[in-house]
Amino acid sequence: MNSNKDTRVVVGMSGGVDSSVAALLLKEQGYDVVGIFMKNWDDTDEFGVCTATEDFDDVVRVCNQLDIPYYSVNFEKQYWDKVFTYFLDEYKAGRTPNPDVMCNKEIKFKAFLDHAMSLGADYLATGHYAQVREADGRVEMLRGVDDNKDQTYFLNQLSSDVLKQVMFPLGHMPKSEVRKIAKEHGLVTADKKDSTGICFIGERNFKEFLSEYLPAQPGDMQTLDGSVKGQHDGLMYYTIGQRQGLGIGGSGDPWFVVGKNLKDNVLYVEQGFSNDKLYSDSLIATELNWINEDVIKETFTCTAKFRYRQKDSAVTVKLQDDGKVFVEFAESERAITPGQAVVFYDGEVCLGGGTIDEIIKNDHALDYVG
Amino acid sequence: MEQIYMDHAATTPMDEEVMKAMLPVYKDVFGNPSSVHSFGRKARQILDGARRVMAASIHADEKEITFTSGGTEADNLAFMGTALANRDKGNHIITTVQEHHAVLHTAEALEKQGFNVTYLPVYQDGKISLEDLEKALTDETILVSVMYVNNETGIIQPIMEIGKLLKNHQAYFHTDAVQAFGLIDIHVKELGIDMLTVSSHKINGPKGIGFLYVSENTKISALHYGGEQERKRRPGTENIAGAAGFKKAVELAMENKDLRSQQYQAYKQLFIDGLKDNGIHFEVNGDIQSAIPSIVNLSFPGANVESLLTNFDLEGIAASSGSACTAGSVEPSHVLTAMFGKDNPCTTNSIRFSFGIFNTEENVKEASERVSRIVKRLTKIRE
Repeated sequence: MNSNKDTRVVVGMSGGVDSSVAALLLKEQGYDVVGIFMKNWDDTDEFGVCTATEDFDDVVRVCNQLDIPYYSVNFEKQYWDKVFTYFLDEYKAGRTPNPDVMCNKEIKFKAFLDHAMSLGADYLATGHYAQVREADGRVEMLRGVDDNKDQTYFLNQLSSDVLKQVMFPLGHMPKSEVRKIAKEHGLVTADKKDSTGICFIGERNFKEFLSEYLPAQPGDMQTLDGSVKGQHDGLMYYTIGQRQGLGIGGSGDPWFVVGKNLKDNVLYVEQGFSNDKLYSDSLIATELNWINEDVIKETFTCTAKFRYRQKDSAVTVKLQDDGKVFVEFAESERAITPGQAVVFYDGEVCLGGGTIDEIIKNDHALDYVG
Repeated sequence: MEQIYMDHAATTPMDEEVMKAMLPVYKDVFGNPSSVHSFGRKARQILDGARRVMAASIHADEKEITFTSGGTEADNLAFMGTALANRDKGNHIITTVQEHHAVLHTAEALEKQGFNVTYLPVYQDGKISLEDLEKALTDETILVSVMYVNNETGIIQPIMEIGKLLKNHQAYFHTDAVQAFGLIDIHVKELGIDMLTVSSHKINGPKGIGFLYVSENTKISALHYGGEQERKRRPGTENIAGAAGFKKAVELAMENKDLRSQQYQAYKQLFIDGLKDNGIHFEVNGDIQSAIPSIVNLSFPGANVESLLTNFDLEGIAASSGSACTAGSVEPSHVLTAMFGKDNPCTTNSIRFSFGIFNTEENVKEASERVSRIVKRLTKIRE
């Protein structure tokens, strides 16, 4: 094994506090650290101001503080082809996509990883809250120790071959510690606000953003038995379990989105947070990735997350012959959403995950979900 | 690993002797040249001495030299200063698509103020055509600005011919000679040049100073307002230590013009031959026979600027490209786009190598080896 000095680590730097501290820690450990800023989206506004320029400026300042070289790389085309196109296609299909999962799979840990390797890197590091562990000759991905920040959900599509080349320097510490280190070292990004939402939309209004790319087709909001409750602005603006923005008045419990009918352009709504129509007992997932395929049995029990930051639920996973998996919940689950990721865990170890495709209840696919 | 500087067209290291000329000025000469006492006179002496050397270097008169903060300011002053002062004679300006942004952005600013600007095209050899210029000239034309040597390709423009063409025309002739000065003999009167831009830091002088030659018969407005310095063309207390250093740099450049030209030409050849010997696939952008010795612009098919420059830097090679790639955006080179069209891959796979006093035969050879290694690796990955 080479000494740290002879080990080149390319750090993907966004201009945020997490990647800044990741670079700092690696530098302190004596690695040959190279900072690279990745631009995936052109968001120049009407005043010619581009957040990427400002973020890159922060990368420059942090790298100069750390005395490491910095560069930038452009993946706008790859991002558009691999992530944004998928994002729009999923919305067109009435589903709720997860572009961050796709970005990690196709851009950060593929195109960017290749770029890092072409620069003679031994490892690629990012500020993700996750951990890589080598055990029994396998490379595993573990949750970040900060429960609230764990990002393995978004990293579920990485393979062990990729993880072998990856470092997550923040995985073993809580976010508060990261901020503290940044402050102690006077990093200019120490107090920078965490980015929220999907990177290419940023702080903008989601509805407005989407309407620039997909035509909105308003239609009826109906209960499952066909009574019209109002008008929706376009199916793509709603997700399963959503309460806000329906605008259905009247007495009684609040209304929730329970499904979509793409063919007739109908949004299904029902009353009450705990409405039966929001619950299901199993799902079928596609696009499966197992981080270490050899530990996966035909049928096994584990825990799963159906959306980010949700508590784990006990499930039984059955591999199907068609490459999909059948996931049975120990207890019925509310508002499972097609297009989102289902991610599997064995204790702290992330096993991998897939895309939620079908929602099932009492052995029947819930077609109304969409 | 030895860092090798191959980016002298961006800026140059300061000559040891230049620094020696500046230090005593920093130490002992703090007076304001406009003052009426001995302290001021001492400073004024240095400034006058520097001006004399600048004037002699281009065969001009001392009064025709205006010190500025550098090349950009000199270009701005020439372009905007004559446009504004000569509006009564016409509204038309001619320049080229391949100028430095110090000229192009000034031209755009003037367009917003109502001037008509014609941007002459540049051809694959890297030159503009005299025919195009002749066709573009009108009775309304008040200024023609064509750079002496392009900063990306190093291609020398037909300055003498342009001077001849404009001899009997009212239009003033400005040339940005930032890349030419020091390697090419420049006789402003013989060449028919009315204004000429020179920058100190491109010829191993200090940063923060340059000059604009403005011929005696040129009507020009100041862009800054203040005192009477530089014949009111450029008010503000002068950069005396800078002028002392600039003077030394110009003296050295004049003394060593032929020697440096030969040397840099040899470095260029050595570098290119090294790439060829290593079987590297590359193309020279522009007609190499018309290029200044110090600059060569090479296209590496199958590679891209971002990866090339990052890899070069990590391997200790400092070069650059006309494609701006800060903050992750690759803006194709405007010069190569003008020469080859915007869809030509060379606009985003070309690197400028520029030679100067940092270089030696040994480090140029070494650079050629390192560049070959990187290009091989990168083009293999992409295959």
